[in-house]
Amino acid sequence: MRNLFRKAPPYITVPGQARPAAQDKEAEGLWVRCENERCRELLYVREFENNLNVCHKCDHHARLSARERIRQLVDEGTFTEHDAELAPADPLAFAAAGASYRQKLAEAATRSGEREAAIAGSATLDGLHIQILVLDFAFMGASMGSVVGEKIARAADRASQRQAALVSVSASGGARMQEGIFSLMQMAKSVTALASLGAAQIPHISILVDPTLGGVTASYAGVGDVIIAEQGALVGFAGPRVIEQITKQKLPADAQRAAFLLEHGMVDLVLHRRELRPTLTRLLRLYAGVREPALARV
Amino acid sequence: MPRNGSVRLKAQSASLSLPSPTAWERVQLARHPERPYTLDYVQHIFSEFVELHGDRQFGDDAAIVGGLATLQTRTVMLIGHQKGRDTRENLLRRFGMARPEGYRKALRLMRQAEKFGMPVVTLIDIPGADPSLMAEERGQAFAIAENLLAMSRLRVPIVSAIIGEGGSGGALALGVADRVLMQENAIYSVASPEAAASILWKDGGRGAEAAEAMRITAQDLLRFGIVDAIVPEPPGGAHTDHGVAAQQLRQALVEQLAALDEVPLDALVEHRARRYRDIGVFQTT
Repeated sequence: MRNLFRKAPPYITVPGQARPAAQDKEAEGLWVRCENERCRELLYVREFENNLNVCHKCDHHARLSARERIRQLVDEGTFTEHDAELAPADPLAFAAAGASYRQKLAEAATRSGEREAAIAGSATLDGLHIQILVLDFAFMGASMGSVVGEKIARAADRASQRQAALVSVSASGGARMQEGIFSLMQMAKSVTALASLGAAQIPHISILVDPTLGGVTASYAGVGDVIIAEQGALVGFAGPRVIEQITKQKLPADAQRAAFLLEHGMVDLVLHRRELRPTLTRLLRLYAGVREPALARV
Repeated sequence: MPRNGSVRLKAQSASLSLPSPTAWERVQLARHPERPYTLDYVQHIFSEFVELHGDRQFGDDAAIVGGLATLQTRTVMLIGHQKGRDTRENLLRRFGMARPEGYRKALRLMRQAEKFGMPVVTLIDIPGADPSLMAEERGQAFAIAENLLAMSRLRVPIVSAIIGEGGSGGALALGVADRVLMQENAIYSVASPEAAASILWKDGGRGAEAAEAMRITAQDLLRFGIVDAIVPEPPGGAHTDHGVAAQQLRQALVEQLAALDEVPLDALVEHRARRYRDIGVFQTT
């Protein structure tokens, strides 16, 4: 059986200009340093994990692996993975000087411990049945290729069949360049599957975490019935570096961050990581309540 | 009904007489400054056209034009990206790089087409969606996503033709269709070759290499089943003779729309969903 929840830490330990004593502590694997450049607090691993990998000093939300995210969101022991057998192919026979797609895939698999960038399955959340789909940024920046698109479409189909809400958690750099046009078409494919889900009146709750860009924001992740951005997440179509490069303008630090999206009316809620699970539960109960029998006359 | 009809055969026989351009050469042809744009085709193909402006929410994006048009005898909703012919016009139209208002205008017009039972014809020619903070503030990603969703279920026939550059999500936002045509020298890709090179190798100068590796030509995409037919261009490219290029495009549009007329609406929408649902190459091990 596959090890569903790897114990490997979902963050990287950063050397940096730490004091010698601190470096020793990091080397022991008991401590990590906050990724936030302006914080760099030394954090005790167990405490950091208990705080859902959020820095207790500056509230910086560290990136999570897909499996860590699932562990944080669903009822313990209820996650059953689906479609784990789907593996990437090389539709363009992509080869260019330096790196073939197959090499990149092999490196990504080693780095992330996953076969692809999307993990999908069934679970319960406070007893409510859901289908959940989570992207793993460590796998090629969770770019959307054919497998990611197929997993989304299948998760949506399953959600329709089982009358269970679909919860997606996205973090992605956008398109999978090595799959070319097939990558672009996954935008249409994933949204088409969600259209059927919508026609079946099953809700899709889309959670956008740091960073969600390009074709992922502009497809299934952008059409949730409720769209939630995790606090501090960078969300957009073009990323800030691309915009700065092309417009030759420096963007404000808060541009395209979760609060900016809320202010401009693009997301329903911005939530701290610890609020995600309780808010999801409340939303799912509200949508489930639509199907309750009509109110009794008092 | 065959998806690859007579238009394709003609394209193949036409290209036999000339050496086939490389992908990078086709990129140059697709971007040729004299290449016909949407409004050029409007003049040649549609006997009547009234442009409709604005998204009714924020503004009017001149990088996407749309309106009621007459194709032969019938009224269709025509929507297309529009590049500028000179510097002044390109300031206005941003080289066809559409903004959220453009996608939302297109959506408004598609909804109207559905209301009146008009077929939708879209002409795609966009280097890529506008990369600006303004576009982000107004929800570029969300506007594109909403178009994909609406087009996937729109209850009228949709025919799209890529007439130049089919660049990224900005192209797809007008490109979810029952039939997708592509001009012989048009390109269609997930990102411009330069942008892809920059993402892949941190070197935007390697566009020619990316153009080859990413399989962006009409011939590649026909083989992949992403496009249904190739529309031939005059020898040397569409820019050499707008009239001939338009005549070929017109014939292809008419043929495809006539074929779609035969399909009941429920089947049409179901086939469209199936078409996109089935795209993707992966292994099951």
